[in-house]
Amino acid sequence: MLRVLKSPKIALGLGLFLFFTLIAIIGPSIAPYSDPLKLVGTPWQHPSGKFLLGTTQQGQDVYSQLLIGTRPTLVISLISGVIATVLSVVIGVSAGFFGGIGDNLLSMLANVFLVLPALPFLIVINSYLPAGGKSNSTLLAVIISLTGWAWGARVLRAQTLSMRKRDFVDAARISGERSWRIIIFEVVPNLVPVIASSFVFTVLYAMGTYVALAFIGAIDPNAPWSWGSMLFWAQSNTAAQVGGWYWFAAPGICVALLGTSLVLLNFGIDEFINPRLRAAGLSRKGLKAAGVRSSNTLGLTPVVRKTPVPAATILEETV
Amino acid sequence: MPTLIRRLMFYAVTAFVAISMNFFLPHMMPGNPVQAMLAAAGPSLDHRAVAALQAQFGVGTGQSLMSQYWSYWINLLHGDLGISISHSPDTVTTVIGSSLWWTVVLVGTATVLSFIIGTLVGTIVGWRRGSVLDQVLPTATFFQAIPYFFLATVFLYFFAEQLHWFPADFKGYDTNNYVIGWNPGFIGSAVQHAILPALTIVVSSVAGWIVGMRNMMVTTMDEDYVLVAQAKGLPNRRVIYYAARNAVLPSISGFANALSFVVAGSLLTELVFSYPGLGNLLLSAVTNVDYPLIQGIFLIITFAVLAANLLADTVYVLLDPRTRQEA
Amino acid sequence: MSGVVGNKRPAGRPGVRGDVVLEVTGLCVDYGFSEDAVHGVVDATLTLRRGEVLGLAGESGSGKSTLAYAITRLLRAPGVITAGDVRFHGQDGDYDLLAADGETMRQLRWSQLAVVFQSAMNALNPVLTVGSQLTDVLKAHRPDLDRHARRDRAAELLGLVGITSDRLSSFPHELSGGMRQRVMIAMALALEPEVLIMDEPTTALDVVTQREILEELVGLRDRLGFAVLFITHDLSLLIELADTIAVMYAGRVVEYAPATALFRSPRHPYTAGLLNSFPSLHGKRVAMTGIPGSPPDLRHVPAGCPFNPRCRHALDVCRREAPTLLELPSAGRRAASCWLQTEGYIPPEALALPEPTHAGARIVARTGALAADLRNSDPQDPQIEAAGSAL
Repeated sequence: MLRVLKSPKIALGLGLFLFFTLIAIIGPSIAPYSDPLKLVGTPWQHPSGKFLLGTTQQGQDVYSQLLIGTRPTLVISLISGVIATVLSVVIGVSAGFFGGIGDNLLSMLANVFLVLPALPFLIVINSYLPAGGKSNSTLLAVIISLTGWAWGARVLRAQTLSMRKRDFVDAARISGERSWRIIIFEVVPNLVPVIASSFVFTVLYAMGTYVALAFIGAIDPNAPWSWGSMLFWAQSNTAAQVGGWYWFAAPGICVALLGTSLVLLNFGIDEFINPRLRAAGLSRKGLKAAGVRSSNTLGLTPVVRKTPVPAATILEETV
Repeated sequence: MPTLIRRLMFYAVTAFVAISMNFFLPHMMPGNPVQAMLAAAGPSLDHRAVAALQAQFGVGTGQSLMSQYWSYWINLLHGDLGISISHSPDTVTTVIGSSLWWTVVLVGTATVLSFIIGTLVGTIVGWRRGSVLDQVLPTATFFQAIPYFFLATVFLYFFAEQLHWFPADFKGYDTNNYVIGWNPGFIGSAVQHAILPALTIVVSSVAGWIVGMRNMMVTTMDEDYVLVAQAKGLPNRRVIYYAARNAVLPSISGFANALSFVVAGSLLTELVFSYPGLGNLLLSAVTNVDYPLIQGIFLIITFAVLAANLLADTVYVLLDPRTRQEA
Repeated sequence: MSGVVGNKRPAGRPGVRGDVVLEVTGLCVDYGFSEDAVHGVVDATLTLRRGEVLGLAGESGSGKSTLAYAITRLLRAPGVITAGDVRFHGQDGDYDLLAADGETMRQLRWSQLAVVFQSAMNALNPVLTVGSQLTDVLKAHRPDLDRHARRDRAAELLGLVGITSDRLSSFPHELSGGMRQRVMIAMALALEPEVLIMDEPTTALDVVTQREILEELVGLRDRLGFAVLFITHDLSLLIELADTIAVMYAGRVVEYAPATALFRSPRHPYTAGLLNSFPSLHGKRVAMTGIPGSPPDLRHVPAGCPFNPRCRHALDVCRREAPTLLELPSAGRRAASCWLQTEGYIPPEALALPEPTHAGARIVARTGALAADLRNSDPQDPQIEAAGSAL
């Protein structure tokens, strides 16, 4: 598996992700102020040595807010990702493996959830939650995962269907293995790359959704304190327009970077699953060294003479 | 066409699920949120509105759940979505009616543009695999990960407030000088106000289409029929067409999946630009705890998404002869 | 017969039967650039003559398809041509295919060098009609034809392979496997090419359809006079079909000979092994032995002669040094790449059988109507006469 790390996409994605994970772990302890809402200075200060990312409209430290907000953002996204992935594996694999009416119903359910506009649906659900529910991280993660499992389930179902026809599954079935044993020991291990891809995608989805829900105030904007909370308050106080762009930019860029790291990881996994996506066999460097312009090689095999044309050998004769 | 009929039936089921969830969700929630809403909004509403709301959500009427569900359907089929609390005495249908078209035109146009641009760029990047154009991908990846509303704020800040290329007062059009209607002044103003939001949606969503199309092009170009096209000595244009015509199919069938994201992003974009569409309306409904309006908007957005999906299915059937095969 | 299909055949064609039309000399193809690049084809030399069927036989991975695609420069990345020379002698001039630019190749392709691919299912674009895939060739190469003329020609081409013109509006998935392959052949003939490269064109079909299509092909070849480079793993098929056969192993041409000579008196132990792995319908019954082992991975070709680990006659020199393709004494032109055939070594009896002495022996060796078709060269054939006067 180490060879996977050779892909610059995966290495960069993994590096960024580990960086944010580290911040999530140590962020609250290295933050200059442990309470993100504590008033510590005059409002709208620009970034400086004292306040690395400036202060908010009320005089709170943006840097502390960012460090403290990392953990809930990441944790809720990951929990959502785990729940949704478990759901998609259970539903997708059993639908694909067992087939029949159950498969039809589960596929239909997955498709319904795929087509339903997720964010408005989440807004509706959250609007009914009592105040305590809107700040309950676990509940939020569960609700978000409700709308995030369908895509993975559909992909896994398709993969399981093709897996079911393979010889080793048949062999296991004929030898009298129980279905759940075949699923756990024969099918699922072969689906690991697909499950990984689905997990990364779901975490990305959950993060975007969580931030969006906080941003529009559909959940409690202060508890837990997250990047979405910062975006919510920055937007409500028109931070960008009144010169406090750093209040808005800091969490926004972090969301984008964490998102990019997940997309890169997914790219890498996709290339792992689908070798055709890997870079074409002839590197641009190699072609350049050989003096061939790569744009000329489409549909025209390059001729790169390494050795002089061998003297016309046998079978050469006068015609 | 059996494919389309099957899809139509599926959308009917989806609509049924959405409508039913809309009804049952408030009944499943702890602490009776509707009663709390009525208690909070009660004083500002006249008693007929309160009665109508009580009937709609089955609060204090003593009706059984099933008969409430039945009358909910009857009302819905008459186009009656109840009364908006925050816009009382206007009905939800009226309130939504005034916002719907702003969103449909903005999001519809931006999505179609984004799809076309993304597919064309993805085709070329995929065709030129291994060339400098591959550098488009990391950039696209970053834009794919930027939240819509963040990009919207950046655009608003730079293009409207710093550079003054576009108006910064986003109310959909210049409300002081024009009235809504088919007059050139209004249309011009509306277009001017729509450019930045549309640009946000296009830039945020185009990366997904580029990456998807690029990957499908790369996969498709390994197919024999593309090699045959080259062997036939067809001009490059035609060879690209051979590949792209096949590679675009998954993009279209993946439209449903993508649309959910585009709709979500567009709602937030509207918020940033104070655009008078459904997104803003939904958020004000959330702020005002206006359940009838929240429900109504959710249903309308769902129907719009289903309609867009049906359109995408139709295009798919037109593009892929294999789906037209008699069963 | 000098068949004329359509009305666009320029005066001056057909060319002289027997003239060299495609000449491959010392062609080397690598996969990748690096030092450990895989050598897909090593020093391949072939000559294809007008109206001739040249068979290219070998197991999968022997480089036969690589060679064919490299000739047309259709080989995809990471394939690179590293040495050699490919010359096409067309009616309108000689072309150096390895020096040709993209536009020259584009014009030569299909109008002079057409390809029929193994799986017609994958070779036909699934979302375009048969008609549109037939007419776009005409549109690209015959700009003088208008829409109606293109359509008429497409219908005529389908007729040539026994498909009615109402199939023009069909999509590939609506046709049977055999019909799809016929469409591919019709498409390949659209511009009356000089050379038809066929990459296992019938492998995916059932035996009956396979035979029908091959018989049709032979008929068309006799009428239209194109040359065929026929690639297959099925040596028995080639012995019926081809005039000359090149046997490939591990990217190298190991034996090259007229079909009958190759069949009756193989000179390379690999060829002999291949001939022993299928039953002969007419020859005397012999024990089928086949070849022990499996073809080498091109990344790890054995030192010396690549065939030596599987060769029952292998000598010390075979393990040390690779033999070169040497011309052997014969009535026709034949060569083999084997130490046993080199001066100073004495080949075993099985590799030294006498060649059939007269052309008639060939027909006897063949089976059925197909062979009769193939050999049906009329001494009064105007082509031969033309050849005579040209000389």
